[in-house]
Amino acid sequence: MIAPEAARARRRLAFALTLASVVLAVAGVMVGSEGWRPGALADPGLRDVLWNIRAPRTVGAWLVGALLGLAGALAQGLFRNPLADPYLLGSSSGAGLGVVLVLAAGATQGRAIESLAEDALARLGLVGAAFVGALIGVALTLALARGARQSTGLLLAGVVVGVVLGALADLVTMASPEALRGKQVFMLGTTGFLGWGACGTLAIALAITLPAAWRFSRALDALTLGEDSARSLGLPLGPVRALLVVLLALATGAAVAQAGLIAFVGLVAPHLVRRRLQAPHGTTLVASTAAGGVLLLASDVLSRGLWAPQELPVGVLTAALGGSFLLWLMHARRTS
Amino acid sequence: MTLAIPGNFMPRTAVRNVFSSGAERGARASTPLSSRSAARDLGVSPEGRSRPGAGARSLAALGMTAIFATLCALCCLSSHAADIRDDRGVTVHLAAPPQRIVSLLPSLTETVCALGACARLVGTDRFSNFPPEVQALPKAGGLDDASVERIVALKPDLVLAAGSTRAIARLESLGLTVAALEPHDMADAHRVLDAVATLLQVPGADAVWSRIRQRTDAAVARVPAGWRGKRAYFEVDAGPYAAGTSSFIGELLRHLGLGNIVPAELGPFPKLNPEFVVRARPDVVMGGERDVDQMAARPGWSDMAALRAHRVCRFGRGQADVIVRPGPRLGEAAELVADCLARLDPPT
Repeated sequence: MIAPEAARARRRLAFALTLASVVLAVAGVMVGSEGWRPGALADPGLRDVLWNIRAPRTVGAWLVGALLGLAGALAQGLFRNPLADPYLLGSSSGAGLGVVLVLAAGATQGRAIESLAEDALARLGLVGAAFVGALIGVALTLALARGARQSTGLLLAGVVVGVVLGALADLVTMASPEALRGKQVFMLGTTGFLGWGACGTLAIALAITLPAAWRFSRALDALTLGEDSARSLGLPLGPVRALLVVLLALATGAAVAQAGLIAFVGLVAPHLVRRRLQAPHGTTLVASTAAGGVLLLASDVLSRGLWAPQELPVGVLTAALGGSFLLWLMHARRTS
Repeated sequence: MTLAIPGNFMPRTAVRNVFSSGAERGARASTPLSSRSAARDLGVSPEGRSRPGAGARSLAALGMTAIFATLCALCCLSSHAADIRDDRGVTVHLAAPPQRIVSLLPSLTETVCALGACARLVGTDRFSNFPPEVQALPKAGGLDDASVERIVALKPDLVLAAGSTRAIARLESLGLTVAALEPHDMADAHRVLDAVATLLQVPGADAVWSRIRQRTDAAVARVPAGWRGKRAYFEVDAGPYAAGTSSFIGELLRHLGLGNIVPAELGPFPKLNPEFVVRARPDVVMGGERDVDQMAARPGWSDMAALRAHRVCRFGRGQADVIVRPGPRLGEAAELVADCLARLDPPT
């Protein structure tokens, strides 16, 4: 049974997040370099902008933020560490390496014999390469840590894989400077290029990861008691944790592949939720998902509106805002 | 910060900038473009139409007539359409000469204007600043952050962009025609000039190119004989990153009769060990003014003969734009370097 007070807090949070999502979605359709004017829907040119650019961008930003929020909550639950973020397990450097390899292969095309492998790479595209790279990064981490039984080992393996894959990517870019440029363009966190196609992919990723994470969230609750206690509860800790890591990788990989590296959303969203709500992980996961969506969409709307008609890359904004928020949170905790 | 900053793109880091504006790629080998001469070849061939139907008696002649008639019809159609293969290998087709062009690369902007079509530009990236009339045009972001919304709202019938522009796929999915063209060296600059002329369906690419050649040749002639074969160090970023022989700038130096301290196998823009530069003892040092001014303060560099004897070419911001953009101001770039050399006493 849930205490009435907790239920109220839950309802309040759900209401606030829904309201914020709706308000921001409306703002997302109205804000942009071409502005807004009454009767915009009657103007076919502007209608095209609203429907084909702003709307998918708005939905896409929410979805990317949601995936990152979910991944962040998963990571913090898995590692029982409030500073864990979605990129901890080598997914970002894996994605970076994937992108660099495809770009370097593309750059050598014409010089080298056009091999089947290169052709396949070209067809896979950068988005696919980033996604596959992210998954491979996490798989390597899992292999290095010999599964997901121990969170310290996993964390350490994640750091090692991140550094090594990052160094490999640097090595490739030394040989193929074109790839460096392309990687930086690709990995820069931005929501500006999200179309309806990207929204579809992101929605599918969220539809797979969120219910599955919810279903296995009990393991995270058990983990808060410590690994030994969790094991004594009879939970198959290893397999469940491996599954959660895979979900984490899927969510992060999908987000990185579509929008590059967006800092701090995954880290901050669960904190935001936990400040309002003491609840089992299932609730926290869902709430963090929505909070992540709201955070990134808010940043996106701000990044479009602050300097209109120019715009700020949203990754820059989330890093600045999220960083300040985290500092404030730490400060508030220390003084209380 | 560096010479490279005012180059083609957004200066997040200068190195990237130069890499992208000058790095060698397989582009030359991989993109056989239909050049302007090819477009000319597509033009109406008069004998096709004037062929008399006298051979109607034989089937063969009838066939010939049919073929010629078809050819003629094709020719008439294609005189208003343009096709090129861009840097991605994608065939870009324009049914009519484009009237609303957005250019997302400074060298492409300069190329459009050099062909006399500046008035057809309706927007550029934020780094296009030459010729001056493009400065008043709406700016649609940079290479990383091209504003899709702004570009679509400008309703262009052609978008010219560097191949590494992230927005390309998105712009195409919104129904815009995008040509990805990115000059990396002199041959590329010529190729891109021809391609843009074909797309715009304007004459004059040959004239523009021959003017570039004239100015380059004049610049070569201006380099004092004492400088021939002397070795240069051209710094594109304080990394230090140098312009290698295969880079666009390296080509320019070679054209002017200079050697390069960087061996060819190091590629277009290698990151060097500062020690290497000191040991290589360049006869002349070139770079952006801010980088060059700091060189003497680097450990061990103050004794470098070229620095001590002030055999340095410092390029200001505007000049750097000219040098790092492989576009129609190539000839001017050659002149800038040649004029600097003419002012310096060659080493003995």
